[in-house]
This record gives sequence, structure tokens and C-alpha cells, in this order.
Amino acid sequence: MFGVTGSGDTSGFGGLVASPINIGSTQRPFGGYFDQVADDLERVYPLFSDAIEKVVVDRGELTLFIKRDRLFDVAKILRDQLKFEMCMGVSGAHYPSEVGRELHAVYSLLSITRNQRIRLEVCVSDKDSHLPSLVEVWAGLNWHERETFDMFGIIFDNHSGLTRILMPDDWPGHPQRKDYPLGGIDIEYKGATVPAPSQRRSY
Amino acid sequence: MSTYTDPYASSQETTEGRVYSVTGGDWDSLVTEIGATKEERVVLNMGPQHPSTHGVLRLVLELEGETVTETRCGIGYLHTGIEKNTEYRNWTQGVTFVTRMDYLSPLFNETAYCLGVEKLLGITNDVTQRATVIRVMMMEFNRISSHMVALGTGALELGAISPMIFAFREREKVLDIFELISGLRMNMAYVRPGGLAQDLPQGSLSKIRETVKDLRHNFKDNEKLLIGNSIWIKRTQGIGYLDLAGCTTLGVTGPVLRATGLPWDLRKAQPYCGYEDYQFDIPTTDTCDVYGRFLIRMQELEQSLRIIEQCVSKLEKLEGEPVMVADKKIAWPSQLSVGGDGMGNSLNHIREIMGESMEALIHHFKLVTEGFKVPAGQVYTSIESPRGEMGVHLVSDGGTRPYRVHFRDPSFNNLQSTAAMCEGGQIADVIAAVASIDPVMGGVDR
Repeated sequence: MFGVTGSGDTSGFGGLVASPINIGSTQRPFGGYFDQVADDLERVYPLFSDAIEKVVVDRGELTLFIKRDRLFDVAKILRDQLKFEMCMGVSGAHYPSEVGRELHAVYSLLSITRNQRIRLEVCVSDKDSHLPSLVEVWAGLNWHERETFDMFGIIFDNHSGLTRILMPDDWPGHPQRKDYPLGGIDIEYKGATVPAPSQRRSY
Repeated sequence: MSTYTDPYASSQETTEGRVYSVTGGDWDSLVTEIGATKEERVVLNMGPQHPSTHGVLRLVLELEGETVTETRCGIGYLHTGIEKNTEYRNWTQGVTFVTRMDYLSPLFNETAYCLGVEKLLGITNDVTQRATVIRVMMMEFNRISSHMVALGTGALELGAISPMIFAFREREKVLDIFELISGLRMNMAYVRPGGLAQDLPQGSLSKIRETVKDLRHNFKDNEKLLIGNSIWIKRTQGIGYLDLAGCTTLGVTGPVLRATGLPWDLRKAQPYCGYEDYQFDIPTTDTCDVYGRFLIRMQELEQSLRIIEQCVSKLEKLEGEPVMVADKKIAWPSQLSVGGDGMGNSLNHIREIMGESMEALIHHFKLVTEGFKVPAGQVYTSIESPRGEMGVHLVSDGGTRPYRVHFRDPSFNNLQSTAAMCEGGQIADVIAAVASIDPVMGGVDR
């Protein structure tokens, strides 16, 4: 609306400086039980330093960035040896600005034994958006992986039936990617036009 | 076969075999026709429009006689794209969207989302105690209304009509409380980032106390109808078996998990909203079956009432405390109040911004049109909804709109266990098993 591009904020109210979306890695000590999780993982998994891209502790949550090739091994070790019995699901996120690692898959792990939570994050490029399926490790990921494929186009190799789950089977595109338009139509009211939500000014 | 064509039970040849369409109570003609084909294996499509699948759930069942050999779920018929839509609204407007996901537990959706936004903002500890206690009270009322639907429709699907009548009578009382407090009976967008949309109206605590008394008295009706009822026990005991190993690998939480004997409830295990300050028990059974899940829901009703009573006595002491964070850069300036014709703008607030303070008007305008900025990062918050762990994954890029909102809905996850519960059982037990999962398709498909 009003032909404004980029930030429409000219008042300074919201602040003109955008903070970076990418939060740098955290160094030890991580605090809380996170050091213990990292220690345990390092002890039982000799390839730890090779498999983990970085560790981020932010807002009281631990995120392990895992290399794609090691994801399956790490997941299995986390389940069997570190007792993260449950995976609460995989959520995707699309960052078009991170060239070469546009698509992120985010796994939330829960250990009932330890009463702890951690998060795994794996980044793949848009052109080669393959990830190993973890259904073998946590069977409950079946539908979650199908949803992430449906919405983001991340292909989970070795999934037993990676088909669309929420959208119709013949739907083109992956709706929750940032390059997929929201759609919607302008609203006309008494001669004036209110643009569709995706066309409105954003800050 | 027959000399006339039945418009409600037609059949046609396809490459997959003969396909029969059955609508209404014409099973007799179908049985006659299938009986003549000497084919034992039947693939039965149930839904998506079927009265006993909770909403638009489609089940594809492979049958050998009456035994189910394979079960597959088809979902997505209620996909609304709420997650995508929230990316085009500001953080506060997101509440209005997410409350419509799992429509039987709107307050849980709202609270889980708002806890996430508050964690991103770093204001978790700034939310006033009064707001938190009201959130807890509303969530527990919501747990009751949701369990009432689960029990009522579950019983109805197995042929018991009276429990449904009683359950909906009690649910109505809870919805009256919601209407009294928020102005709306469901999808109320009452919980907001930083606090609540408005404070409790005058005299609501005494009404709540009355309702709790009524509910406690009336719950006995359903208990008498179902607990120990021999038909109900025959239909539910040993049905829909799923043990602890099955639950953990499938990520199943909520009453289904607690029916395996594991007292896993996030309100106790990983308390949020100050649940550690309340006295309540986690009901469990060790039967792993539909009857156990039903008993747990029944007992959770009483625990919710206990929590509500403690909330009421806390709220009496917190009279006059604000229900929104003090930070004016976050607190939603618009004030609402419940009037004679429902909820609307507070006249006092309108008077202030239109007649008294230009700065207040500017502030109102900027915050309502732009919203507030949320520092970049991601969080995962989880709460115990009536159906299990409701998780919210939020990503912010530092702007006034969410970058990504993902709901890990318990129904979506738990519905995966349908096959494990139903395969090898009788076709009539599929209904009982699905009812015991208590899936809400609005939450499954989002």
C-alpha cells in the first residue's frame, strides 16, 4: 500500500536497524544441563567435532547444528545412549538469503528419562534438498517428515512413503517456502481497495 | 444383480475391482452383493465425511471379514494454511489465527503461542501473576470442555446417547464462563503476547465458584452412566492397545501415554505458567486401552476443578493487579470491555485517545498498525493440552511479523498410532480406538 518498498518506517519508532537472523555459535560453558548433554555426546560419539557444525545456546535452549551426513548416526546415538526417547517432530524453515543452506530442518528432542529437551538443526541447499529420514529412529516422525516435504520440499531419503500429507497430491510447489506467494485478493469497499495481506506494508 | 438400480447403493466396475458406494443405512444390499462375489478382502473407505470420525478424517481399512488387516489415515481435508498466514500479520494478530487451529482447545493454542512470543521477547518473567493465574484457570476450564467433547462424542460413537447429552450440558456451562470472561465462547484470542486481552469482569469469581460446584455435582451423572457399565466395558476394555514402547517411538503424549502407567504430564514434569504452585494429581492407568484413556479423562476433570479452585483463591488476593506487561512498547494499547451487546472497544480508552491525549493516539496507532519488533532467534515452547504435548516452534527475523510459526499439534502426531491400535482388531473397534485418541482435525491439518 502507498507504494512503499522495504521498510516503511520513517518515524524511528520501530528502529531502522534490523538485527541479524543468524545467531553466532556459543562457546562453552553452555550453562544448565547443556554441558552435560554435550559431554555425554562427545564421550559416546568420537566423531562429535566432525559432525557438529556449531552449538547455539539461545533463550535457554540448546541447538546442535548437525552435518547432514552425520544426522542419522547422531540421532541414533541420542536415542539409544543419551536416552532421548522421543522426537516431538521436525519443522522446516526457509531462509532464501542463506545461499547454499536455504532449507533448515529443526528437530525437537525430548528425553523423559533425563527430563531434558534439545534441538537439532540441519541445513541443506535448495538445489540438493536431501536429508536422511529418521523414521527408523523415531517412528513418529513419519507424518512430520511428510509435512516438511509437503511444505518445504525437503526430501527425506529412505522414507517409506514420502507423499504430500496436507496439500492435495497433485499440488504444485511447496506452500511454506518464502518464494511461494500467500495469494489472496484485494478487498473492495465503497470504492476503496484494501490490498491482500501479502501486499500490505510491512515493517 | 438386482433388477432395479438403488440410487444410494450403486456399484461400478473399475480397474481395481468392483467399487460399491454406500450412503445411509443400505448395508443390507451391500452385504448381499458382496456375499455373492466370494471375495473375502474388502477395502473400505470411511470418511472424510462420516459422523464418527472426528471432523474430516478419512480412514482406509482393509478387511478380511470383520478383521482389520490394514489401516491408513488420510488427512489434510481441513488444511487452512494458518501457519503461512501468520507470517503476514504482526505477532499479536497471530493469536487470532492460532486460536482456530485446534478448535476444542483454543486457549491452549493461544497460551502456547504467547509463551513462545514472550520467550523470544525475553519478557517471560515480566508477565504479571494475575495474567498467569487467569491463563491457568482458563486453560483448565478449557481442558474440561475439551474432555467433555471427547467423552460425549466418544460415547455417542459407540451408541450411547445419554452421556453425550450430559457432556454437552456441562460443556455449555464452561462456554458460558468463557463468554462471561472473554466475550466469546470459542476462538476468543483472549491470551495475548504479554498478558491478556482484558481483565475479569466484575463478579466473575462468584460465578466461577458456582459453576465449579455445579460441574463437580454433574460429572457424577456421566460417571454413573459409564464407569462399570458392562456394555461400555465390553466395547472399550482391551481395545486399541498401545503400550509405552509404542507411545515413545510414535511420540504419543497425553491421556494415551498416561494410560500406559507413565505419569508424564508437562504441568508436573516441566512446569510452565506457575503450575508448580498448584496441588493436583496426574491420573494414570496401566491398561493401555480405550477404557484406561477414558478413565484418565474422567479423573482429569476433577483435577482441573481443583486447580480452578486454587486459581480463584489466588485471584482474590491479586485483585487490582494489571493483566498486561508494564512495557508500553509491547503492551497492546487497545482496551476492550464486555458490554451489553458483546465485546467491544472500551469507551474509556476511546475517550482518552480521541479526546484527551494525542500522544496516546499516536502510540495506539503505531503499535496497532506496525506491531512490536521481536529480537531474532527461535524458540520451542510446549504445554500440556488435553490431547498431549502442544509444541510451538517460532522463528523471528527481528521484524514485527513472525518468520515461521509451526505448531506441533498432539492430534497430528497421535493420529499416527491409529494403525498400531486398529490392525488385527475388529472393524467396530476402529471407532473406539480413534475416539480414544481424541483427534481434532482442525489441529491435525492446521
